[in-house]
Amino acid sequence: MAIEDLFKIVKERFVAEQPAVPAAQEGDVEIPQDLLFKCPRCGAVVYNREFTAAMKVCPKCNYHARLTWQERLELTADKDSFVELDADMKSLNPIGFPKYEDKIAKMQQQCDMNDAIKTGVCTIRGYRTVIGIMDSHFFMASMGSVVGEKIARAFEYATEHNLPVVMFTASGGARMQEGIISLMQMAKTSGAVKRHSDAGGLYISVMTDPTTGGVTASFASLGDIILAEPKVLIGFAGRRVIQDTIRQRLPDDFQSAEFQEKCGFVDMIVERGMMRKRISNILKLHGFPKEAYRR
Amino acid sequence: MSNLTACERLELIRHKDRPTVNDYIPAMFTRFMEFHGDRLFGDDAAIIGGIGYLSDTPVTVIAQVKGRNLEENKRTNFSMPHPEGYRKALRLAKQAEKFHRPVICLVDTPGAFCGVEAEERGQGEAIARNLYEFMTLRTPVISVVLGEGGSGGALALAVCDELAMLENALYSVISPRGAASILWKDGTKEKEACEMLKITAEDLVKFGVCDKIIAEPTGGAHMSKEQTADNIYEYLVDAVYRLKKSDIDELLEKRYAKFRKIGMFTE
Repeated sequence: MAIEDLFKIVKERFVAEQPAVPAAQEGDVEIPQDLLFKCPRCGAVVYNREFTAAMKVCPKCNYHARLTWQERLELTADKDSFVELDADMKSLNPIGFPKYEDKIAKMQQQCDMNDAIKTGVCTIRGYRTVIGIMDSHFFMASMGSVVGEKIARAFEYATEHNLPVVMFTASGGARMQEGIISLMQMAKTSGAVKRHSDAGGLYISVMTDPTTGGVTASFASLGDIILAEPKVLIGFAGRRVIQDTIRQRLPDDFQSAEFQEKCGFVDMIVERGMMRKRISNILKLHGFPKEAYRR
Repeated sequence: MSNLTACERLELIRHKDRPTVNDYIPAMFTRFMEFHGDRLFGDDAAIIGGIGYLSDTPVTVIAQVKGRNLEENKRTNFSMPHPEGYRKALRLAKQAEKFHRPVICLVDTPGAFCGVEAEERGQGEAIARNLYEFMTLRTPVISVVLGEGGSGGALALAVCDELAMLENALYSVISPRGAASILWKDGTKEKEACEMLKITAEDLVKFGVCDKIIAEPTGGAHMSKEQTADNIYEYLVDAVYRLKKSDIDELLEKRYAKFRKIGMFTE
């Protein structure tokens, strides 16, 4: 017998003696999928309970994670003050993009919204304002016809009613699936911001994670005052595209809110817990009247 | 009109002899003087700006510069502007507004440059600012897409009263290659993406984006630079004449409405 065979026999016996470990079956051990949160910025793993209690801010690195529109509204607007505008607007398929309707339908179900933005009127600590909330969970909040139209109408409504606009921006950019029509939304929204501005209106843009592409290159960058949440991604071109162009690794803080502040494109970085107060203080300073409100 | 597919047109506009603004400007404008710099950071050779006469009307010309050879392309960064290019364009547009000159934008770019410095100097903000300011610029603005109209980098010079496209020009939210690599994780499927995106002049007329298709000589613009320049010139003279006659407030209402109505949705 060759010595290798001896080893083989021993090995086989050893393996045979091991009690078979049953493959983990669903329902055996309850590990809720949402028990833990892993920070995409610093990699820290924390209990979701802790993370949620901290308004979805990473306790280790202060990254302000993405919120759903419901969470953002809850954190920002006074209780029961939100009245939605254009709630029923839905996307069509202008260039006949394959499976676009299916994808939209799936997103609508998942996110409980018709497209990537909610617009409406609310009060923030008693100050009445038009508000827009983009939700990156819906198609990476890309801008197509519906997003563009709702933003344009929100600004027109604000112009008509002498209201300020507070826009929480988040987007992967223009919605490629709507072809050239999505590009035109950049011109449409920027034009609506201009008209609101020319009429003396105040526009506060709040950049949240991630604000990129065609949204950065249109209404998001056009606020009279531009706020940003800490550590969020803000930029025009994608990081990978730039890395491919220059063939070098980019520094970690490239295109962060802090980077944009340093470069001169953000007025102020505001912690999530302070955002409501900051916005209301800005509205107050601009002389808007305060109404009674509930929190 | 052209029976070519979007893909065939893509090949035509990438033809090495495709005329560029360096051919068109001397052919269309007399006594053209180039002005440099954005007064903020520097001068971007990817965008030429200046003044001259179109027939006997003084105009401001803003044009994206494709190189005709590698040397030129290195200088003009393959017609991919940096923020200072867009800011120079805006400066010259504002100057045109002050002196009541129509603005003629010649669009020919794969897109705004994507790089570290472009980000540091605010590529997004520079494009946004142009969209914002051009929308209410109190002088007629005419844009002509000569070859490639690449996304936001093209739109930054295309918020206008009238948009014309050369017959084989393409104007898209994303490059066909970019779309293919996102959709199918395969940049070589450029051709499929090119057809799917609906980016020809005829498509864009249907979407209300393009107002006028300018004919190219049979076989493409490079078959006769003179003929192509003549066709663009003729269109521009007519458009400037028409737009200069209109009341400026009416013109601005129409300009806003042109973009305002683009979109497809139900409610």
